[in-house]
Amino acid sequence: MSTPASITDAGIDWPTLGELAHTLTFTAGFNAAVVVASASLLGVAAGIVGAFALLRKRALMGDALAHATLPGIAAAFITAALLGGQGRRLEVLLLGAAVSGVLGVLCVQLIVRHTRLREDAAIGIVLSCFFGLGVVLLSAIQSMSVGDQGGLASFIYGQTAAMLPRDAVLTGVVALLALIAAALLIKEFTLVCFNDEFASVQGWPVARIDVLMMALVVVVTVAGLQAVGLLLIVALLIIPPAAARFWTDRVRTLVILSAILGGLSAYMGATASALLPRLPAGAVIVLTAGVVFAFSMLAAPARGLVAVGVRRVRLSARISRDHALRELVVREKTEASAITPAALASEIGLSPPAGRWLAYRLTRVGLVEREGVGLSLTDRGRTLGRRIDRNHGLWQRYLIDQADVAPSHVDLSADLVEHVLSPEMVERLEAKLTHAGGGAPA
Amino acid sequence: MSDATYAFVSLDLPAALAGVLAALTCALLGNFLVLRRQALMGDAISHAVLPGIVVGFLIAGSRATWPIFLGAAGSALVAVMLIEALRRVARVEAGAAMGVGFSILFALGVLLIEQASARGVDLDAGCVLYGQLEYVNWYPVHDWGRFWTLEHITTGYQTATTTISPDTGLPILIKEGGLPRQLWMLAAVAIAAFTFVGVFYKELRLTTFDPALATALGFRAGLMHAMLMVLVASATVAAFEAVGSILVIAMLIVPAAAARVCTDRYAVQLLASLAFALAAGVLGYIAGAFAPAWVGFEGRALNVAGTMTLVAAVLLTGAIFLAPAHGVLWRGVRRRRLALSVAVEDVLAALYRGDESGDPSRVADLPASALTLKALSVLNARGEIGRAPGGGWRLHEPGRRRAASIVRRHRLWESWLVDEMGLRPDHVHETAERLEHLTSDAGALEPDLPPRALDPHQRPIPPDDDA
Amino acid sequence: MTTLPTHRRPSERDLSARPEHSPDSPLSVHALTVAYRRKPVLWDIEYEAPIGRLVAIVGPNGAGKTTLIRTCLGLIRPAAGRVEFWGQPYRRVRTRVGYVPQRESVDWDFPVSALDVAAMGRYAKIGWCRPVTRSHKAAAMHALGRVGMDRFATRQISQLSGGQQQRVFLARALAQEADMYFMDEPLAGVDAATERAIIEILRELRGEGKTVIVVHHDIQTVPEYFDDALLLNMRVVAAGPVSEVFTKQNLQATYGGRLTLLADAAEALARAGRGEIP
Repeated sequence: MSTPASITDAGIDWPTLGELAHTLTFTAGFNAAVVVASASLLGVAAGIVGAFALLRKRALMGDALAHATLPGIAAAFITAALLGGQGRRLEVLLLGAAVSGVLGVLCVQLIVRHTRLREDAAIGIVLSCFFGLGVVLLSAIQSMSVGDQGGLASFIYGQTAAMLPRDAVLTGVVALLALIAAALLIKEFTLVCFNDEFASVQGWPVARIDVLMMALVVVVTVAGLQAVGLLLIVALLIIPPAAARFWTDRVRTLVILSAILGGLSAYMGATASALLPRLPAGAVIVLTAGVVFAFSMLAAPARGLVAVGVRRVRLSARISRDHALRELVVREKTEASAITPAALASEIGLSPPAGRWLAYRLTRVGLVEREGVGLSLTDRGRTLGRRIDRNHGLWQRYLIDQADVAPSHVDLSADLVEHVLSPEMVERLEAKLTHAGGGAPA
Repeated sequence: MSDATYAFVSLDLPAALAGVLAALTCALLGNFLVLRRQALMGDAISHAVLPGIVVGFLIAGSRATWPIFLGAAGSALVAVMLIEALRRVARVEAGAAMGVGFSILFALGVLLIEQASARGVDLDAGCVLYGQLEYVNWYPVHDWGRFWTLEHITTGYQTATTTISPDTGLPILIKEGGLPRQLWMLAAVAIAAFTFVGVFYKELRLTTFDPALATALGFRAGLMHAMLMVLVASATVAAFEAVGSILVIAMLIVPAAAARVCTDRYAVQLLASLAFALAAGVLGYIAGAFAPAWVGFEGRALNVAGTMTLVAAVLLTGAIFLAPAHGVLWRGVRRRRLALSVAVEDVLAALYRGDESGDPSRVADLPASALTLKALSVLNARGEIGRAPGGGWRLHEPGRRRAASIVRRHRLWESWLVDEMGLRPDHVHETAERLEHLTSDAGALEPDLPPRALDPHQRPIPPDDDA
Repeated sequence: MTTLPTHRRPSERDLSARPEHSPDSPLSVHALTVAYRRKPVLWDIEYEAPIGRLVAIVGPNGAGKTTLIRTCLGLIRPAAGRVEFWGQPYRRVRTRVGYVPQRESVDWDFPVSALDVAAMGRYAKIGWCRPVTRSHKAAAMHALGRVGMDRFATRQISQLSGGQQQRVFLARALAQEADMYFMDEPLAGVDAATERAIIEILRELRGEGKTVIVVHHDIQTVPEYFDDALLLNMRVVAAGPVSEVFTKQNLQATYGGRLTLLADAAEALARAGRGEIP
């Protein structure tokens, strides 16, 4: 056995650009087109259904469900074989998968309701025990003398290439049905996910809506078994909506984006798998989704890490600017000599290098000017510094005077809040304090 | 040594031992996951080690222990940190964070395996899931004439020699060697896990039940958790080749869950989970390896990791139904027993009130349910009541005494509810009806009440017989 | 009269007012007992809510305040007794009853805007599978305007302050255009402006002849904000106009004598409200 030095040095027959273009545009032959199209549709449906599973905080229920389909597939195969039928008929196998998947979900709910075990343990129990049963049944099938059993294992890891056109059409139709149902019921699903108790008070049958949501998860999972495999189908339910969540704060947008991301991942994954040998479709689809997720997590403007990080850095820069200006204003009143950047830094709790950087920044924007080794305020800096000082005083007064009527807000310390006060809030503060009879500090 | 014995020692014993060792180690560690409500972390880790295993394998070029172990531990660590980071920094919901983290790593592993096996590398995804216990073999010494040496037990690899059989003239393969290396690895991880739990017994208890308090007291809850995760990852790696990751997941969760259903005590929890795991390992092996032959499938075997999981599932189901304190079955039995005793007391009280009001057929007021009939027949059999001459029932003396005490309880409760709880007299009957059955010692109420002979409805409270 | 303190005796008023459940009463609770795991948390509750009044449910922690309104709304099955709205069971009149749950009951990171939440109050009117039309959105917007939140209609709810979130919940109930309302601790942990805005809305609702039943944690403000009070501690200690039921004895019975100072203060306030000199 020879061991390659790395995994990339083996000769892979890279497709030509022409082949790539054909597959991407569904013109590479009927089979490939149908397979890629149905996988994409599945991705769209999984994105939509997964969005609601995520919002209902049931993302991992799909994992239990997917693992629980294995014994159903095996049992359906055995039953069909014993009855003399052809074991590997997709409809029969998927029916078995759906039945045992639903049984698995029911078991999770029974365990949670009737024992002291929590949902996470219940999911783990169902997942491993059902899968264990499936493995035993598969090993029993192996020792049976029934032909055409090779395809069964492909349900575990998925094998787009093994899909017949009619399988693909079935997958596509099922995915389309799930999509339509989710589109019709978006309002009800949103309500139940946000506030199930309110929904039930309003007369919505929450349990039945939940069952419907779970049924859609079942349908998508079962439809995706062949393409993605039961170990990874849960990823198609979770990753696209989790990625979409970084981009938006609206359910409708979340669902649409999740559908697009899911569809895109499945489309690209299925294409790559159809073109290149030895690329298992499920894994490629999930990894594509993973790349989309990573990109969303970093780059999304609303909740992406880069955006959040930049905002945080900006706020802390602003806070140290405000502290520095206030310190300089207060100092001007009492002392004649200018302060060095290092001394200023230690006054406002910064390290000397941070102080030098701050002094550089403030000088560059013209709030502060150098005076020998020291720093002094420009006119603009003085005006700004006085305003900051005044806000600080106002807010402190407010906290002292009004703390008893706004007890939940006392934890907002003056040092932080003063930096985020809008002019309108300052006006309100002044009005409030004047009304209270104190008169604002000058 | 007979051929059957030799087959048992060389094939079944090491395989069964590997399964049992893996089960025990995982069950012990699983307790802390289940109690911390992190059961799925075990699931996530055992999926997420796959890329590390493959990379370690590719680098080493063989199934050598250390590269694979390090690779797996590395990717387990990546998985744990990734999931935590997704949850804390990126604010992804906990379940989804786990799903995103482990599925991406697992997909990466699957892809790597497929790429590797394209070039004839001897590793396949199926083995990771269900293990290859058939490769965990031990060929002690074929010829008992040679001495056992330490070397024979500890050498990791078997040697195979071919000789020509003097009888048939055909070549036969003779394998000899020490215990398979999978067993050594499992044993090492088992020792590490048991030592860890033994040394940090009380620290683990504290950090599991109240991580915040533990941290406040100066115990490093986070460190404990990290060490636990490393051990879980090690167990996964040590077990994957022999028993597969599915058994690891099952054993991390199922025995601990079964113990959780049975007991509230920490030490019992740990011991019970080990007992369940041991039973699952042994019985599971028997079910997988031997049972098919017993029922007529000679020479066939089932996947042993799968049957061990199934036995564990059966044990858990049994525990859920039969556990002494929390078992569903006993709860049902207790509920039925209580319902019957309530019905019995209701019948007695109805007959007593009937006597009181001079209308002996009061039992007719009770619901004509199967439960009432059962109560009547129970009381009749005990001789507490008997058939009245004109049809219906009447109280015998033992029944009358008991009935008096029930009615006394009821009326005391009514008095207490009106006087102490400020309820209205015409509302208390229903409430007293529910409460009278739940207390056998109505005397406990008496000190709260002024002595009295009449209840709020001005009916006499029967005197206490024992007084 | 025995030597027992009066609060331990059912008052004369209670005894005379037999529960003749008039179909006009927005809420009548009869012989309601609720148990969690066989431990009773509400005992034999008897209550009839008056029309067009602001009612505070007060009592210590664990008194069963939230349990009472959740049982009224069918979220908890009672062990005994029944609840009727205008003489009918709750499921017949759902749309006429509004509910403002505790703010902590939902995940405020959920991806919806303030307007979306307010519009949820209209869903029961909209019905299955139909989209939220412009007129329903306008109604939701109007409700947001009433609580002073129309400026924040498009904000995601996690970007609102606690008080603003509470007002959005109130707007959702208003958008429902119900005839009576249950509110669970709407004034807990809100800022002064929100407290005033909510009280303003409560008074408007009363002006429209609607009954509002509010679980309230602060007994000091009860006489100022509410007309009626239901003193609850697993059982009804007293119910009726605040000026009548807010007596030192009743409050002590409710709070188990632990809050004597507060009880004194509240009674003094109540008396001052009635024009008596303390």
